[in-house]
Amino acid sequence: MTTLQLHTEDQIWDYLDEVMDPEIPVLNIVEMGIARKVEIDEQGKVLIKITPTYSGCPAMNAIEKSVREKMVEKAVGEFDVKLDFSETWTTDWMTDEAKVKLKDYGIAPPEKTEDEGVDFLKSLSSTKIVPCPYCDSFETELVSQFGSTACKSQYYCNGCDQPFEHFKCI
Amino acid sequence: MTTETKELTKQEAFLAYLLRLADDRLILGQRMSEWCGHGPQLEEDLAMANMALDLIGHATALYEYAAEIEDEGHDEDYFAYFRDDREFTNLQLCELPKGDFGFTIARQFLFSAFSYFQYERLKDANDEQFAGMMNKHLKEIKYHLRHSREWVLRLGDGTEESHERIQESFDELWMYIGELFYMDEVDEFMIKEGLGVDSSEFKKEWKKLVEDTLTEATLTVPDWDQFMMSGSRKGIHTEHLGHLLAQMQFLRRSYPDAEWK
Repeated sequence: MTTLQLHTEDQIWDYLDEVMDPEIPVLNIVEMGIARKVEIDEQGKVLIKITPTYSGCPAMNAIEKSVREKMVEKAVGEFDVKLDFSETWTTDWMTDEAKVKLKDYGIAPPEKTEDEGVDFLKSLSSTKIVPCPYCDSFETELVSQFGSTACKSQYYCNGCDQPFEHFKCI
Repeated sequence: MTTETKELTKQEAFLAYLLRLADDRLILGQRMSEWCGHGPQLEEDLAMANMALDLIGHATALYEYAAEIEDEGHDEDYFAYFRDDREFTNLQLCELPKGDFGFTIARQFLFSAFSYFQYERLKDANDEQFAGMMNKHLKEIKYHLRHSREWVLRLGDGTEESHERIQESFDELWMYIGELFYMDEVDEFMIKEGLGVDSSEFKKEWKKLVEDTLTEATLTVPDWDQFMMSGSRKGIHTEHLGHLLAQMQFLRRSYPDAEWK
C-alpha cells in the first residue's frame, strides 16, 4: 500500500512542472501559465487551480486528467483540480524560457499583448509581421488566422520557404 | 379578465439574457461546424472548425452560468439538448443554413462585428463571473472579426463570380440584421442593473464598420430601411431551426444516458 503523505506547496509545483501541454509537448503547464494557484488547507488538502487558454480548447479536459494522474502518481492524498475563470488567461503569462522553447520547437512565440482598446478597429487593416522561427527572416506572410489548434495561426516564410505556426498573442 | 404584465425578477432577466447570448453562439457554432471536412481549402476548413469550437465553447460557459442562476439542477447539456425550438431565443441570423462559403463569411462578419461592440461593453458588467467570461470571449471574437473581414475583402474585391456571390449573400442576410438591435424588457432590466448593454449606443459604430468594409470590398451596401424579420427573442424562428435541432439533439434525446467511452 502506498502511504499518502503531506506535500509542501513547492513540491506540488514541482509535480506540476512534469505535466506537459498535450498540444505543445515541449512546454509544461506551469510555463504555459495554465497552472495558476496551489492552495493547501490545514488538513493538508491540496487545491490546484488551472485557467483555460481558449474557451473551446479541447485540451483542457486532457490537462485536468493529466494533473489528477500526476497527483495520484506522487501519492498526494486529498486534492482537487478546479477551473479558475476569475482571471483571463493571456500569453503574457508565458515565461520567457517558455518562449525560447517554443521558438526552438518551430513555433513563433507570441509577442507582448498591447492594450488594443479603440485601436483594435484601426489595426484591422494591418497585419503584424512575425519573424520566422527557423531563419529569423521578416519576409513572412500570414496564411490563416487559425492553425492546427485555436491558439495558433499559420504563416509562410519566403526566406527559407517553410510554413510555420505562430502562437497568437491574446 | 385583465392582462397583467408580470414584473421580471433579476433572476429571470439574467437567465433570459444569458440564454439569448448562449443560444446565438450554440446555433451559429453548430452551423459553422457543418463546414468541418467541407471547407474550400485546408486552411479554411481549420479556421471554420476553430471558430465553431470557440462559439460552442462560449455557449457552454454561458449555459453553465445560466444553470447556476436558474438553480433548478439543470446543466449546460439540458439547455442545448432538451429544449424545443420555441424555447430557443437565438437570432434568426444564426440559424440560417450555411449556404456557400461567401454566405457563411458574410454572416460571420456581421455577427462578429456586432459581438465585438457588444462584448467590449459587457466585459465591464456588474458581475465578476459574467464580466470575466465576456472579457475572455472578446479576445477570440476579435480573431473571428479579423478573419471574416479579410475574407469579405478578398471575395468582394476578387473575381467576378466571388463578387457577385458575396453581394447576393449580403442582400439575402440583410433582413435578418434588424434583430441585432432589438431590445425588450429583459434588456432594459439588465441595463438598469449594470449587467446589460444598450445596443443603440454602438449601432452607429457597427454600421460604419460594416459600410466601410463593404465599400472597401467594392460591394454595394444594401438598403438599411428595408423590411426586417423579428421575433427570435420571443422564440419565433425560421423553418430552418427545427431541422438543425433535430440533427443536433437526436442522439442525446434517443439515448439520454449515452456517454463517450
